[in-house]
This record gives sequence, structure tokens and C-alpha cells, in this order.
Amino acid sequence: MIEMENVTAGYGKQEILHDVGLEIPGKGITTLIGANGSGKSTLLRVILGFLPLWNGTVKIDGILTKNLSSAEMARKIAYLPQGKDVPDITAERMVLHGRFPYLSYPRRYRERDLEIVERAMGQMGILSLGGKHMSELSGGMRQKVYIAMALAQQAGIIVMDEPTTYLDIGQQLKFAGMMRGLAEEGKTVVLVLHDILLALKISDRIAAMEEGRVLAAGTPEEILRSGVIRKLYGVDVKSHRTGAGEQFYYDISGETLSDGGAREGNLLG
Amino acid sequence: MGNKKGSHRVFLAGGILVTFVIVILSLCLGNIHFLPTQLPGILGGSGGNVNRSILLYARLPRTLAALSAGAALAVSGAVLQNVLANRLASPGIIGVNAGAGLGVTLCCAAGILSGPAVSVSAFAGSLVSVLCIFVFSRWISASRTTVILSGVALNSILNAVCESVTVLDTDLAMLSIDFRVGGFSAISFSRLLPAAALIGVGLVVLFTLCNELDVLTLGDETARGIGLNVGRYRMVFLVLSALLAGAAVSFAGLLGFVGLIVPHFVRRFTGNESGKLLPVCAVAGGGFVTLCDLVSRLMFAPYELPVGILMSVAGGPVFLLLLVQGRGSGPKRAGGRL
Repeated sequence: MIEMENVTAGYGKQEILHDVGLEIPGKGITTLIGANGSGKSTLLRVILGFLPLWNGTVKIDGILTKNLSSAEMARKIAYLPQGKDVPDITAERMVLHGRFPYLSYPRRYRERDLEIVERAMGQMGILSLGGKHMSELSGGMRQKVYIAMALAQQAGIIVMDEPTTYLDIGQQLKFAGMMRGLAEEGKTVVLVLHDILLALKISDRIAAMEEGRVLAAGTPEEILRSGVIRKLYGVDVKSHRTGAGEQFYYDISGETLSDGGAREGNLLG
Repeated sequence: MGNKKGSHRVFLAGGILVTFVIVILSLCLGNIHFLPTQLPGILGGSGGNVNRSILLYARLPRTLAALSAGAALAVSGAVLQNVLANRLASPGIIGVNAGAGLGVTLCCAAGILSGPAVSVSAFAGSLVSVLCIFVFSRWISASRTTVILSGVALNSILNAVCESVTVLDTDLAMLSIDFRVGGFSAISFSRLLPAAALIGVGLVVLFTLCNELDVLTLGDETARGIGLNVGRYRMVFLVLSALLAGAAVSFAGLLGFVGLIVPHFVRRFTGNESGKLLPVCAVAGGGFVTLCDLVSRLMFAPYELPVGILMSVAGGPVFLLLLVQGRGSGPKRAGGRL
């Protein structure tokens, strides 16, 4: 569980987050949504301890993050940043790096580390890719390697910043399936997503942000009913129950299009 | 992975073997030639005092100096390239060597021409250079390309200051020419040993930090996310690379291209994982510089071409060739922030 109280933080002298309070429950998927520059990525950086707090507290499983070392933090939270450089190393080596916070100097891998890495790669179905270089893999495969690395890290919380940015729609849906799988295994998954339909479909809880503040937080249904999506994006999202569960789509009116807020009215299953 | 590990060991073993042959040739060949089988006897004193003196006080320190300088500069270049995420980084290009050169020049201007003080001055000069680049880059949030360019500018400034000191102190002029070109003709154990000890320590420490170096190359946020204290380790690696380059420059002068060419060449065989890259760089760098020194001694014998000139003449075209052959390789994204 992640608890944030009265958090204020920013870069240089510019305050980005203003008195943010947010509770992210253990297990399940929590997604941060909001327009560009609303403070989503900054919020993640504060949770991870990358940015110092100007005010307030952040607790992970009841422990103040300021009392956790880098390695202790990494054993609690696995982080996949947005726009990662593609390292020129093999997939297996990449996943092995997930064991880094468990190794002490001179950081030699033990048999147990290799077993955990093999299990993580097996879970993501990438055992056969171990010897392939990351640059040789497709975006979707690369994402699987990163998730396997996070699994090897054996952290209870997995945080991902815009993980679907470079994925096509097919890969995005596979990715959504993987996230649900992790949540069902008992992991706490925290995502930043721009795709509202995907967020509504896969999340257990959504926090909507605007100008460095949490505007609303709740279940997808609560967020949908609150009208916060129209406030943030100027577009309505509707839902429709089908045999395959709740489906979400943009309700694009002529007015929305004339406002320049055009979006494709696709259904997401 | 098994095959890759095996091939890396083959490269390392092959490199050690080739370098060993070059070392034996370097000990045997010169104005007076020895047979390899004569070397133990000459060292034991059975070959006469002249031969023993040539081997013990000229060829041996010279060969050890070439090995040490080559290994240090090549590993320093590989580390800088990984830390700055730019394959153009090398101690000769971003001003680390020039900083060491200024340190040595100031030390010599103060009347100290050999011993630990020279090594310490070189290290201090190279460290100040690295810190200047690091602080400046952080201050302006420089992209990785800008880091290299700021290093090039610093290189120019340091060389100008060095020139000025030499002009003001005419006794340094001759020493300065030898130093700028780079070479091993005036090497002695008293000059070599303190620096070689620093190089040995630097290499051993770096070889134990390969995992940290690999994690650092993943990018700041990924590295932090798996528990690396990025700022601290970046500084550690910059200091260690400055230590290696500074120590090498203190006795070898400003040898160009080693820190650039050797890591480029070695990466083709080992890939970018530091545990494979750095040891092979050390062996290849040592072998390369020793070979260049040997050729520079023999090419116009009995006259001697400074090894720095030979390396620059040969190194430039070789580097261009590597660039042409390596088109399209390298990281997928460049221009990240330091």
C-alpha cells in the first residue's frame, strides 16, 4: 500500500505537486490519468524517492520512504520509466539486472538469482529470447523483457510510466492482459496511461490529476459517473455492457469535433 | 548465453596470447636483438652487463610502461563511453588527458620531474577536468552530445594554458614537446612504478564494479529503479577513469586515440557488457600500444619515431574505417540527458 499525505514537490523552484493526498491500496491496478503536464510522472517520481519532498509524507507498506535506502526501495517497488533507452545488451542480461538490489559488493549472481530470472522469463514466455539483443526485439517483446525484469526484482509494487506508448493496439491489449495477470497474482500495479479507455477497462482504481492536484480518485465506474473525464479532456466516455463485460467508448458529438477535440469512437473490448 | 560466454573467453585468451608474443618481441627487438631463449640468462647476468642493463633498465620498463599505459587508456575510454553514453568519449577528446598534461607541466615547472608527485599531479589534473565537465554538464542540463563538446572546449583551454606555462618557463620547452607527442623513450622505473601501482589499483576496482557500470548504462531512471545510487556511482566511475588516464599520461605523455579506438574495436567482439568489455580492453590496449612502440623503434632504426606520432598516423585512418564498418550500430536512442 502507498499512502501520500499533503505532498508538495517540484523541480528547481517550480512547484508541480500541490498538497497531494492519495492512497493506493495493495493489490490490483491503480492508474493515474490526466492531461500532459498534470503531474502524473512527477507523482511517480515522488513515490519512488527520485524527487525530494518539499512537504508531506509518502509511506510504502507503512514505512516512510525517506527512511528507505535505494536498494530497500528497489526491493519494494519495481519501476519501468517512460521512453527507456534501448540498451545494447541481451534480454537475459536485462532481466538479470532485476536482481541487482539483492546483491552486495562485488555483486556476483547466485544460483538462486539465476533460478528467479529463469522463472520470470518463463512467466513472460521469453525464455527463447534470452540470447537476443534488446535492439533486435519488437516493442512488445521488449516490454515483456522489462516486465520480466520487474518480476525478477520480486517487488510487491510495479510502477510503469506510459508503458503502452510505443505499442500497437494488439500489443497494448496483450499488455493489458499481462497487467491483469500481475494484479491477480497479488501485485500492486501503478500505471500512468494516456489511453482513457484502456485505463477504464483494466484498472481497479483510477486517480485523475489536473495541474498538480488529484481531482478525483475511485473505481472506474465512480470516475465515469463523476464527469471528471469531460472536465479533463472535454470528451464524454460512455459504457455499454456486452457478453464480454463492460465496454467503453468515446461519445463524439459534432460539438466535440468542432472544438478540435476529435477522437476515434472506437470500442475497446 | 553459453556460447557467448565461451566466445568472450576465447577473445580474452587470444588477446592475452597475442599480447604475450608482442611483449616478448618488445623485449627482444631493438638496436641490439636478443633471442627469446636468451632472456632468462641475460636477466640472470650470464649475457654480460651491457645486455643485462639494456634489458633491465631500457626494454623492460619501456615494455611495462607501454602495457600499463595502453591498458589504462583503453579501459578509461571504455568507462567514459559507457558513463557518458557516447562512443565519442575518450580521455584524449574530452580533456582528461589535457588536464593530466597540465598537472604534469605544472609539477615539472615546480622542479619535480619524477616520482609519485608527478603521478599525483597528473591524476589531480585529470580529475579536475572530469569534475569541470561533470559540474558544467549538470549545471546546464547538457545532452550527452553537449557533454562531449564541452569536453572538447575544455581540452582546448587546458592545452592553451599548458602552452602558456611552457612559453613562460623555457626549460620546460623540450620536455613539453616529448610530453605532447607521447612516448616511452625516457621511461624509468622510478617514474613508472608509482603510476603503474595506481593503474593496477584502478583496474582491479573497476573490474569489481562491472555490474554497477552496466546498470548505469541503462539510463538514470531505470538504474535508480533497481537500486543504484546513480549520482554516487557516476562520480566513482569518472574518478576512476580520471585516475587511469592521469596515471598513464604522467609517464607516457599525451597518447591519442588509444582510449577511442581500442574500446570501439573490442566492442565488436565482446559486446557492451562491462564484465567482458573491460578485461579485453585492458589486454588489447596494452598489446596495441606495446606493438606501436615496437614498430616505432624498429621502423627507422637506429632512429626512433615517437610512438604518439605513429599512433596518430595509424589511428586516424583505422578509426575512420571502424566508423564506416560500424554504420547503424550503437544505441537506438541518443541525445539523452546527463
